[in-house]
Amino acid sequence: MAVIKLTSKNFDIITSGDRTVLLDFYADWCGPCRMVSPIVDEISEEHPEYVVAKVNVDEEPELSAEFDVASIPTLVVIKNGKITAQSAGARPKAQILALLEG
Amino acid sequence: MEHIYDTVILGGGPAGYSAALYCARGGLDTLIIEKISPGGQMALTGDIDNYPGFDEGVDGFTLGMKMQKGAERFGAATEYAEVTSVSLSEGIKKVETSQGTFFAKTVIIATGAKPRRLGLDHEDELTGRGVHYCAHCDGRFYKDKTVAVVGGGNSAVQDSLYLSRLAKKVYVIHRRDTLRGERIHHEPLMRAENVEFIWNSTVSLLDFEKRLTAVTVKNKISNEERKIELDGLFVSIGREPESALFADELSLDENGYIIADETTKTSLEGVFAAGDVRTKRLRQVVTAAADGAVSAHLAEEYIQGLTSDLSLPQITPAI
Repeated sequence: MAVIKLTSKNFDIITSGDRTVLLDFYADWCGPCRMVSPIVDEISEEHPEYVVAKVNVDEEPELSAEFDVASIPTLVVIKNGKITAQSAGARPKAQILALLEG
Repeated sequence: MEHIYDTVILGGGPAGYSAALYCARGGLDTLIIEKISPGGQMALTGDIDNYPGFDEGVDGFTLGMKMQKGAERFGAATEYAEVTSVSLSEGIKKVETSQGTFFAKTVIIATGAKPRRLGLDHEDELTGRGVHYCAHCDGRFYKDKTVAVVGGGNSAVQDSLYLSRLAKKVYVIHRRDTLRGERIHHEPLMRAENVEFIWNSTVSLLDFEKRLTAVTVKNKISNEERKIELDGLFVSIGREPESALFADELSLDENGYIIADETTKTSLEGVFAAGDVRTKRLRQVVTAAADGAVSAHLAEEYIQGLTSDLSLPQITPAI
């Protein structure tokens, strides 16, 4: 499934439905974000059971503030509307999958 | 029968991919095991101005991708996996990872280094919530806020200067009474009006609610403690090698670096250490890349059974 570009306008996508959500807060200029980005893309392709969305922190400062993001990349896992994991910094794929499964 | 590679390279930074390029180009069956993405520490920095051949600088992430492509052009393969344990003492080396077990005749360790942590209680859980290790990445979340930088070396000075242009106030907390590193960066920092130096001091406590709210700073001479309210703390106290997996089998120095000289040979036959993870004087992209080439050459010699005991081997370029 394609990665969703999340903005304050389409935010409902992640709150509706009961699928587990993975959010990737990133910026184009950030090296570790560029390291994680292809991994997030892969997870989106390989795991259609998850909703995967990316948030550009430069374009969406309100969303970043709402999730108290002060470090990028930050990965957030949401299950049934609740944040179950929030992790700052680049992570290997296995660890990101563990966040989603945990 | 399990496949046995000529060389397994641990780490896809400049040392790893330079080693991979030389190994693969020399005809060795080569695998790179990388945890996240090519580039290593280099990909976490901004522009690199001191790697030759890029007259206008190059961003570290792009350089990492280029190094990967350069090695893959000659047949080196990359496996994205996290190494969980190694067994290097036997003739055939074993590397266990999150994606399975790999075997090789030689192993080149190019795992690099990571930012040193303060070692304080709650530091892990506050990482990304007020405690940071990359001013370049996270600095702009602190526009018009109050931050502190811990450290007094080149990186700390550059981080402080960068943050002084964004933040309302920057404390620089340093355990000595003068800055170290290149003087060229000192003066603009000394001149910045929103920078306050706290000399001879270390951070002793992290205060927090949901995120960091303040730090306690202890003066090493007077033993006085002072609480400083702040929004963000940027830790820049140097780096530590990624060598924990090898501590049982290889000789490390007191700081954890794998003991190896310019030949990159470690205390075990057929095991080489290239780049920031080994003992060396200058840790730069260019010296890491050089190590990669040397390690590949010696790995090839070892495989051919031609390893000489000369401490300075004759290195002929593989043209």
